Amino acid sequence: MDIHNNGMTRRVWLHHAGTLGLLAAMERLVPSSAWASAWQGMTYPSQLSGPVIDLTIAETPFRLDDRTAPAITINGTLPGPVIRLKEGQEATLRVTNRLHEDTSIHWHGLLLPPEMDGVPGVSFAGIQPGTTFTYQFPVRQSGTYWCHSHSGVQELVGLYAPMIIDPIEPEPFRYDREYVVMLSDWSFESPETLLSNLKKQGGYYNFQKRTSGEFLTDVSRLGFWPALQNYLMWDQMRMDPTDFADITGYAYTYLMNGLSPAGNWIGLCRPGERVRLRFIVAAAMTIFDVRIPGLTMTVVQADGQNVQPVVVDEIRMGPAETYDVLVELVEDRAYTIFAETMDRSGYAQGTLAPRAGMRAEIPVRRSRPIRTMEDMGMSMTGMEMPGMKENPNGSGMKMPGMAPSSDMPSMKPSDDTPNREHLEHGSGLQHRSGLENMPDMGTSDPRRSTIPGIEPVKHGPDDHGTGNQAVAEYSQNRMQEPGRGLEDSNRRVLLYTDLKSLAPYPDQREPEREIELHLTGHMERYMWSFDGKKYSEAKDPIRFRYGERLRFTFVNDTMMEHPLHLHGMWMHLENGTGAYLPRKHTVLVKPAERVSVAITADAPGRWAFHCHLLLHMEAGMFRVVEVFDHERGMHS
Amino acid sequence: MSISLRTVLAPALVCLLNAGIGVPLSLAQLTLGPPPPLKSMLTDTSTAARPFASTATPIASVLAGSSARQEGPPSKFPVPETWPAPVNDQEHRLFTLIDVLEYRPKTGGGGGSASDYRWDIEGWYGGDYNRLWFKSEGQQDSAFKADYDVDFQLLYGRFIQKYYDFQIGPRVETQSFRGRNVTRGFASIGIQGLVPYSYELEANVFIDEKGNVSGRLTLTKDLLLTQRLILQGRFETNLAVQRVVEFTTGSGLNNLEFGVRLRYEIRREFAPYIGISLDRSFGETATLVRQEGGDPSQVRFVAGVRAWF
Repeated sequence: MDIHNNGMTRRVWLHHAGTLGLLAAMERLVPSSAWASAWQGMTYPSQLSGPVIDLTIAETPFRLDDRTAPAITINGTLPGPVIRLKEGQEATLRVTNRLHEDTSIHWHGLLLPPEMDGVPGVSFAGIQPGTTFTYQFPVRQSGTYWCHSHSGVQELVGLYAPMIIDPIEPEPFRYDREYVVMLSDWSFESPETLLSNLKKQGGYYNFQKRTSGEFLTDVSRLGFWPALQNYLMWDQMRMDPTDFADITGYAYTYLMNGLSPAGNWIGLCRPGERVRLRFIVAAAMTIFDVRIPGLTMTVVQADGQNVQPVVVDEIRMGPAETYDVLVELVEDRAYTIFAETMDRSGYAQGTLAPRAGMRAEIPVRRSRPIRTMEDMGMSMTGMEMPGMKENPNGSGMKMPGMAPSSDMPSMKPSDDTPNREHLEHGSGLQHRSGLENMPDMGTSDPRRSTIPGIEPVKHGPDDHGTGNQAVAEYSQNRMQEPGRGLEDSNRRVLLYTDLKSLAPYPDQREPEREIELHLTGHMERYMWSFDGKKYSEAKDPIRFRYGERLRFTFVNDTMMEHPLHLHGMWMHLENGTGAYLPRKHTVLVKPAERVSVAITADAPGRWAFHCHLLLHMEAGMFRVVEVFDHERGMHS
Repeated sequence: MSISLRTVLAPALVCLLNAGIGVPLSLAQLTLGPPPPLKSMLTDTSTAARPFASTATPIASVLAGSSARQEGPPSKFPVPETWPAPVNDQEHRLFTLIDVLEYRPKTGGGGGSASDYRWDIEGWYGGDYNRLWFKSEGQQDSAFKADYDVDFQLLYGRFIQKYYDFQIGPRVETQSFRGRNVTRGFASIGIQGLVPYSYELEANVFIDEKGNVSGRLTLTKDLLLTQRLILQGRFETNLAVQRVVEFTTGSGLNNLEFGVRLRYEIRREFAPYIGISLDRSFGETATLVRQEGGDPSQVRFVAGVRAWF
């Protein structure tokens, strides 16, 4: 226990509960147990299972290193206990609200009746203080999921927990041991303060802006005029090319299973054992790049769904995504699970090791990346911009030398596989069919199909109003790119095009129609919306017809990545894998990207659809999707 | 207790209100089972069960921005009015920026200025689009106004054209010359925002009670020396159509001011600074300033704090 410097032990909690006079908290703390001590082996003492599960939501002091702050927790721990269900069971989860405000729990990624989805104002009234709400639904799937509050900003202060659903059929892969690795972000500033600061100064938390010192470095690297032109270009556009995270390591401590890097969460395993790591990103505002230096990861599930195994070195994980990977310790030593934030301002970290108390080296930190014209949707061939040169492979443009430095001498890839071809910049490497050639899935090769939007699409005349800063003049699918900050990596980074469902989904119909939605926002004023309208300005739902197969296309007109989450139904990521489209509940969309998902609208009711950067959601990047029986609706 | 009652009542209410389509669907969910044809599909992933007949409808594209998606029948799933909003994207906030609050030490020589002060404070209360702005500027002994000069504005602001707040409202200005106070009111119309190349712009036209028209333009730009050490350049000019002797205002260009302020952001919200400001009046205004015994050309060192909350 001592070796973990763990703020979540019961002893410490009781101490704080006493000192803070929160005697009532003690009662809640008694049944719970600490994550770090609980997670030392194969079993999970803080795991809840069975036909009826009781969850209590309450304010709990959360200790992080040397500081303590009030958190809102499930059963007194942050993260909450692992909720372990069995596919095919009838789940009954009784949630008691001991807060002074409404609360809710949303079961992220689960297919269930809308009344059980847990989104106040969309599908139920919320859980009032002092009351117990009973969620009851059949468990119709398996895999790694999680749950979190959908009320206000409670998720930012700790209201989340992992959910594991064991399958009826045996898993298609073998492992000796498993650990949940839940990544999150914690701030001692209140969520209201975070949002308020961003509304008043969009770049409040960015302490990696371009400075005159960096300008001089760029001058010596690129020459005076190209550097000046580049800086002036960004100034001219009133954009900040260093904008990678709204909230950064300045305010955040990044957590792995509720522990800071100093707390060093540790997963014990022996060399030669296959360990299943269930990564869950419960972060409110952080995109992580996850790797285990020295080990490769075999991705076997994404968002709880089996995929054909892919061996990678690094995975970019957006908020709310989950990835299950298999790893195997090569040597009898410790390995660092390193989850660096996309903006490189911080990291969450833990250790896989054969013995307790071990710790491995922290990898050399990478430099902050920089946005390019591609992120602005201005990457088209033939569009000449001063100070820019064309990428040799024909399409796509890069700022000369503006990509993040790839000189990371002290980092060695975990194996010597060279860059894969799809790490190349540019587009349309494999798929040359134009837009006029609509995807024709499953005709010749069921494992191949055209990726919608693989060819650039020019933006229409609608600039989405004053609440939207800019549009991507050209949007295109960028799933074959690893993402900004990873483009020059010599590691194998998981791409969305690598994800192939293990088995084809039964519904292989062509989408009958397409709904296109633009991701919009304004960084200066911290406004976020769809099609330029906040939720309060567009309360009419997006309508799906019950039973239809439709294509939902996202066009990102902003210069930031957005993890989009649809409740109640799978999004079948149209990534060119034909009959094997992977199913996702959360899709990370890159700047200026066009991403399509196919949806089988099989869940009647009202469902939430939103950006899972929770402050974006709270600022209005939210819609209701309504699935209703069109035919019968017409007759009624 | 009430919540469990609500749980039962809410779907029931939905059913009643939807005396038709709503009943079977809501009941199906209430009993926690998917509609029968779906069950096979969702649980059986091994076979290619096709619950829905594939309709050979050509792909119809519903483009964003068009109102097509927003039209259509009213919701089949009415939401009780007692339910909260899923997100609160209309919060109002109060912002106050003390951009300039500075002390200006006495300059040397016989014709030098006495030590004095200056402020430039502005802020707003409101949401993303509509805001109530308040602004106050004041200084002593400028090259433009001989003694002291204080003004206050209360403006309605509307967010327009992606980067600007259109502002309109009243302004009051008070000046003092050797103990003699003069005050006038204006209508103020202007825009404020971020122009290309990332300069903060504030441009106003003022019309006073007697119909005299004047204008003011301010541009500021931040240059980051480091993440916290920031050099702010500031340019300001005043113009007038009519000559208003009482307020030391000639027609035409009144003055030009150029300043640099080097601040250190201890926090984003709090930054002490030092700087230098050059202020010169021109033409008729310069003559009037001289007649009042002022100096039409001033170089001032400044030390102050920039803060916001």
